[in-house]
Amino acid sequence: MTTATIIQSLASGLLMGLLYGLIAAGLALIFGLMDVVNFAHGEFLMIAMYVTFFLFAFFAIDPLLAAPLVAAALFVFGAVVYLLVVRFAMRAKANVGMVQIFATFGLAIVMRGLAQFFFTPDYRSIPHSWLGGQTISFGGIYLPVPQLVGAGVSILAFTALFFFIKKTDFGRALEATREDAGAVALVGIDKNRVFALGWGLGAALVGLAGAIMAMFFYIYPDVGASFALIAYVTVALGGFGSVFGAFAGGIIVGLVEASTALILPPSLKSVGIYAVYLLVVFIRPRGLFGSI
Amino acid sequence: MLSVHEVTTAYQGLVAISEVTIEIAKGEIVLVAGANGAGKSTLVKSIAGAERPRSGSVTFDGSRIDGLQQHVITARGIAYVPENRRLFPRLSVADNLRLGSYMFRHEADRDDPLKLVFELFPRLQERLEQRAETLSGGEQQMLAIGRALMTRPRLLMLDEPSQGIMPKLVSEIFQAVKKIRDAGMTVLIVEQRMAECLEIADRAYILQTGRVLMQGTAGELMDNPDVRKAYLGL
Repeated sequence: MTTATIIQSLASGLLMGLLYGLIAAGLALIFGLMDVVNFAHGEFLMIAMYVTFFLFAFFAIDPLLAAPLVAAALFVFGAVVYLLVVRFAMRAKANVGMVQIFATFGLAIVMRGLAQFFFTPDYRSIPHSWLGGQTISFGGIYLPVPQLVGAGVSILAFTALFFFIKKTDFGRALEATREDAGAVALVGIDKNRVFALGWGLGAALVGLAGAIMAMFFYIYPDVGASFALIAYVTVALGGFGSVFGAFAGGIIVGLVEASTALILPPSLKSVGIYAVYLLVVFIRPRGLFGSI
Repeated sequence: MLSVHEVTTAYQGLVAISEVTIEIAKGEIVLVAGANGAGKSTLVKSIAGAERPRSGSVTFDGSRIDGLQQHVITARGIAYVPENRRLFPRLSVADNLRLGSYMFRHEADRDDPLKLVFELFPRLQERLEQRAETLSGGEQQMLAIGRALMTRPRLLMLDEPSQGIMPKLVSEIFQAVKKIRDAGMTVLIVEQRMAECLEIADRAYILQTGRVLMQGTAGELMDNPDVRKAYLGL
């Protein structure tokens, strides 16, 4: 194993990690806002990838251009899911936590089923996107351009999210709602509106990730499952509910995955992630940046 | 300005207030007093929309508000400071205040009440960047009142503002209530410390086991021998 191989692996791991962070951001945001784990998060990603695929297939819109459109579509989708499903699940008189789990898990199964029915289980891909298949080399290190752009989008998205949360009125309302959802009515804020917009924002973030992923990953009804699992680990690592913990968690997961692949056969590359995850929950159950 | 007509509110079948009727005129400071469990908090919650009355009506400036959602009632001009204050603990004092003016888009609507808040509670201005949870009990109460004032209310309702606060600050808060009225607002204040509060109130209602036991002007109640014995400890 040469130094170049190691650097090559870590660099790809870092890029993938930034994308994992972006995928997990919405999950962390929604959990932090209202203590609801969205078990359909992977299916949100799947829908985003299909939307990207169809925009390409029918309108020849390149995934890079489609990304904002996909994010907007997912924003609407996320808000609607809150208003039609989650809002009612939260009204349960008993065992609210379980009801929420079943509601979002059920949603995941429905979404997967519908995708299989309407989109067929076939593997799709976007063959000729602007960036797809291109690589760029930095002193002997080859990096795939879609992942590089994805990493850039992730950094931009997190930066924008940071300023949005810290500097805008709505960001402040989000923070206040996550502090005490029962108290925001005291200042005239409708918590249901904040929740709906929070779901929209969370879904838009995963929409952005889906558009990027569609450039280099196969698109099929079950595609969300494996990425969702990584997203849960990312969120748990970073600290439940901490959006910026998800950023750090994503990078760690990406780097650990890449390092594992250096040592173990590629089919076992996930082992490292779960080992680190196990270690963190043993030593620091609230995650690296969690405050609960 | 506010009329509560025969309001009954129950929690899980247990009636907390029963056919309570109170009237508040513009510019008044009205005290609602009574022992623990008399239904004082339930009354203000029923007005604020935090609890839904089972029957009766609440009318504010000529329109029915009972049954409206709590944030809508806040937007109509009733600010409510609950007993436990419900600040946003990990946000700064400045952010808590800014959230109070969330409903307004014009800078003027946000700045004017801020001037009043700093005038009433100068120490908040010194602690703007501190997290709300690091304030003392008295300062938290000031912040809760300040945040409520930022919503530009016409009616301010305070539930037990003196609770858990050292005596010196209690009188500071009561003096602030007077100034708030002088600034043109109407105040409904729920208190167990009846004697001190009667000094600033115009009128008072005494609740007992969910019903209005007695009402009158502050002077009348202070002179009433039963009230003096049972509530003022004189």
